[in-house]
Amino acid sequence: MSDYVQMWKDLGMDLETHDALCQVLPTAFGDVYLSQENRPEAMGFWDFVVSEIHGIRPSELIEAQKNGRKVFGTFCVYVPDEVVIAADGIVTGLCGGSQFWVPGGEKVLPKSTCPLIKASVGARLDRTCPFFRIADMYVGETTCDGKKKAWEILGEDVPMYIMDIPQMKREKDIEKWAQEIAAFAAVVEEQTGNKITVEKLNDAIRIINEKRKAMARVFAATKGKNLPISGKDRLLMTQIAFFDDPARCAQMCNKLADELDERNAKGVRVFPAGTKRILLSGTPLAIPNWKLHHIIETSGAAVVCEEMCTGTRYFENLVEEDKTTLEDQYMALSRRYMKNNCACFTPNTGRIDDILRLAKEYEVDGVIDVNLKFCCLYDTEGYTVEKALKDAGIPVLGIETDYTDTDAEQLRTRIEAFVEMLG
Amino acid sequence: MEYFIGIDIGSTSTKTAVLDENGKPVCLFVMPTGWSSIDTAETVRRQLLEEGIDPEKHACIATGYGRIAVPYANKTVTEITCHARGAMALFDCGDITVIDIGGQDTKIIRTENGIVRDFVMNDKCSAGTGRFLEVMANSLAVRPDELCDLAAMGGGASISSMCTVFAESEVISLIGSGEKKENIAYAVVDSIVKKVATQAGRLEGGGQLVCLTGGLCECGYIVKALSAALKRPIVTKSDARYAGAIGAALTARKGA
Repeated sequence: MSDYVQMWKDLGMDLETHDALCQVLPTAFGDVYLSQENRPEAMGFWDFVVSEIHGIRPSELIEAQKNGRKVFGTFCVYVPDEVVIAADGIVTGLCGGSQFWVPGGEKVLPKSTCPLIKASVGARLDRTCPFFRIADMYVGETTCDGKKKAWEILGEDVPMYIMDIPQMKREKDIEKWAQEIAAFAAVVEEQTGNKITVEKLNDAIRIINEKRKAMARVFAATKGKNLPISGKDRLLMTQIAFFDDPARCAQMCNKLADELDERNAKGVRVFPAGTKRILLSGTPLAIPNWKLHHIIETSGAAVVCEEMCTGTRYFENLVEEDKTTLEDQYMALSRRYMKNNCACFTPNTGRIDDILRLAKEYEVDGVIDVNLKFCCLYDTEGYTVEKALKDAGIPVLGIETDYTDTDAEQLRTRIEAFVEMLG
Repeated sequence: MEYFIGIDIGSTSTKTAVLDENGKPVCLFVMPTGWSSIDTAETVRRQLLEEGIDPEKHACIATGYGRIAVPYANKTVTEITCHARGAMALFDCGDITVIDIGGQDTKIIRTENGIVRDFVMNDKCSAGTGRFLEVMANSLAVRPDELCDLAAMGGGASISSMCTVFAESEVISLIGSGEKKENIAYAVVDSIVKKVATQAGRLEGGGQLVCLTGGLCECGYIVKALSAALKRPIVTKSDARYAGAIGAALTARKGA
């Protein structure tokens, strides 16, 4: 990594602890990623971003802040980037995906909190992640009880704004979310000092739609028999998308998609024919959580799609463009975001429909439904997911895990057995 | 003579099965795994040589948690697949629910028409496993099989904690309070049986034949208590502890 020590110092980071994190990441990335053969050339961009993960994008954000721009840190795919971009603000994802941050979170949170929340809180309080230092404001939401209470703790340390997500999907709930988006827009205007206009919001909607389309192209490349990219590599693209500039993200994803289309045309593949095709459904896999993909893809199977926030939930469905009033635009945004199917809603039959549809679209041999330990919502919904898949004759394996590696061998046994079961 | 070898390196014991061309067992033997799977694999190799069977010259498949530690195995296959295959052969039934209480994990496997359809395994936690029984037997200063015999004569007591560490301190409290050994043994077995029955409840097995494999299959009382908890008869055999090894050997035979 280049020398960012001064920048980290200026951010008030705990350099000693942060160094320990910087030392483990390259080894993990080397073992999991660089050991793969015949990777798409376009992955070079993401490899580079990872090699400078706490340096290159943070320094861009700091530069933008010097020019008066504001950075909003978010934790959920329901928070609309468009609103921030329309006010010339910047969005960065903040979800923690490493066990490294969990003990820090456990200092203030119950042990029985999901690792994603613990890691996110730990990354902030232990001052070991530049993104958590840079964000001018954190935007939370009410998608689970653990998060709701964690925001109160984080709020003592950093400005927090909370969006109140509905729990059902009736028309009045969609209207309510549109109102929440409008209220968020007012906060963003105040923070940035910039007015959100119809024109600016339409531009922002187009920018994010283009990013969604580009990501969808990369995903579409693994729908066919030929697998031109590993699930691991696609996951990395998705994970970084939460942190990158959206226009550059779209450009890079399109470049990757072009290469994958070409590989598909030529029959270039990264897995031998007959490799079992797996759809992963469930809770998000925040960077650098590559554990399940690595185990699956070294056990004779390939992850061809993720029905996750770090997957289809992030890019499926576009926002309707060219509305002429802000009110209509907020409603259009709400309609798109409320099409996301998170286990925090009841009923959530849309998610079951999504999983069954994706299983068919990606011609999967089986589904692995994963939930982060202590995520009560996804864990409970796992019952409905497994039942629906079994009824449809699609083999399914339910897995609960956290960020530690201590269960890796048990998971490997289960996953290998599942792959053997697929024939 | 062509032989097919299956080696099941479990967390507690290592089982070896050698089958002939007709799938009939030629020899079965078990030994403690000890601390090194690699050393155990070497001991198995030497013992096979003593039996006149060179594992390098016959098809050999390794399974169990130490499966990657067998340098002379042609291939590794998971214990789920092997236990299912072994049990289907032992009980001559292609539609069977297999309950395997192993050293560090308990698996419930359901097969249909001779193939694995579904399975569940316990998490990292050792509740409901052979290890749980072993730890409690140690606290009572008896062997695991003695604990089972004692349990058959006991009743009344219970252990509330699923965690082995906490359950052990409960056992120690029971000893301290002067509870009879057989009642404590009963509580230990009852705890395992309840946990396994809950796990089995996640796999709807219909009216399938249910069998018990693994190291506890010779404990008559466990079979009886498990049958009562699941409200159906459970079959077992003394060779059922070799189900994984036999399944591995059958897989070797299938591949040959």
